[in-house]
Amino acid sequence: MKKKDLISITDYSKEDYLRILELAADFENNPNQRLLEGKVVASLFFEPSTRTRLSFETAINRLGGRIIGFSDAGSSSVSKGETLHDTIRMVSNYVDLIVMRHPLEGSARYAAEVADVPVINAGDGANQHPTQTLLDMYSILKTQGTLDNINIFMVGDLKYGRTVHSLLMAMTEFENPIFNFIAPEELSMPEEYKMFLNDKGIKYFEHTEINDNINHADIIYMTRVQKERFMDPIEYEKVKNVYILKNNMLKDTKPNMRILHPLPRINEIHPDVDKNEKAYYFTQARNGVYTRQAIISHILNLK
Amino acid sequence: MSDSLKKKLKLKVSAINDGTVIDHIPSENLFKVISILGLEKVKSQITFGFNFESEKMGSKAIVKVSDVFFEDDEINKISLIARNAKLNIIRDYEVVEKRVVEVPDKVIGIVKCFNPKCITNNEEITTYFNVISKNPLDLKCKYCEKITHEHQMVIK
Repeated sequence: MKKKDLISITDYSKEDYLRILELAADFENNPNQRLLEGKVVASLFFEPSTRTRLSFETAINRLGGRIIGFSDAGSSSVSKGETLHDTIRMVSNYVDLIVMRHPLEGSARYAAEVADVPVINAGDGANQHPTQTLLDMYSILKTQGTLDNINIFMVGDLKYGRTVHSLLMAMTEFENPIFNFIAPEELSMPEEYKMFLNDKGIKYFEHTEINDNINHADIIYMTRVQKERFMDPIEYEKVKNVYILKNNMLKDTKPNMRILHPLPRINEIHPDVDKNEKAYYFTQARNGVYTRQAIISHILNLK
Repeated sequence: MSDSLKKKLKLKVSAINDGTVIDHIPSENLFKVISILGLEKVKSQITFGFNFESEKMGSKAIVKVSDVFFEDDEINKISLIARNAKLNIIRDYEVVEKRVVEVPDKVIGIVKCFNPKCITNNEEITTYFNVISKNPLDLKCKYCEKITHEHQMVIK
């Protein structure tokens, strides 16, 4: 049987998404299911990402699996000059599954080709981070009761933000999504994604500031505007405070509306939002553990 | 020199008994074509010339390879750098078939991914692109998923 990997969100079909989300709900109800008993999982973090690594390692622990690996390239043989190819060939001899984070784009696809065991991409540079997308979808499903007819506002860095691109692609598999993009011109949604929506006949609207328009939102997906993305520091200074969500902006938003953020946040969501029941980003992070348990179970056919 | 002698001489230099003539190669890409087709490893007789005058192209190159007949997959690789190349298949000094090259659906090796952060530019890996547009040429890297456009294309 061909091994299953998870490299790019578009590798999976709508059926796969729904199966994983159903499993995630099951794990939320009953998080400790020792389905990985006797199995070993490699957690290979070639660049540090504490949040993602802890989320995966919690998921593996709750499934009763054991973990080997490293949390940054400095403590691995990479520092001795070993190629990715050789590291993966070696590790794949030892384990049942590889979870990998790597700074280079396409590294996860390559690792999946080299490894005999399934590979889960936990982020390959600016390219893909599919487990984030699945946990975002689980959060939308949980808070809205459906993935159909969702009006999503994406805010911040829409040009380089891989999470918004993957979420956009995944949500177009469901009925009648509406997208609203709020970003400075320098960081607006790339043409290729807008063309993709046009081709599918999906509605989208573009804005350059957060105002009353968010009152239509079911989901506000916030991202960080990163200083290092700007060629001109003055341009950054101009836009950095335009995309800060504050509690007083939320009073006329829909009761079902929830705010998501892949985290870490810097200043784009004011701390006064945290106590609002519409702030969902910390629960979203918790959903990540259930979703990753579900993804591992799906890939290894544990359930 | 008589005309017939001239003709004979020309024949001696350029005609091939059996094999393939690749015509209408842009002169500047001749050596890349030779390299992509691996002609430096061919044992039979090969003649090539470049900077020939061409009405259509200004300057063109020709390669004549004795006793070698290319599969479509193989010859289509040169379409990336010799878009208008034409093939004459020769049997017993006669042209028995004419073919044009076509841009393939997949490009394996040959082209470098334009993305410096792509794994293929950082480790010894054969590049692999799906052709998402043939004219102008757009190649989507299987690994980093970025698109290399025609004007960014660099032959490895």
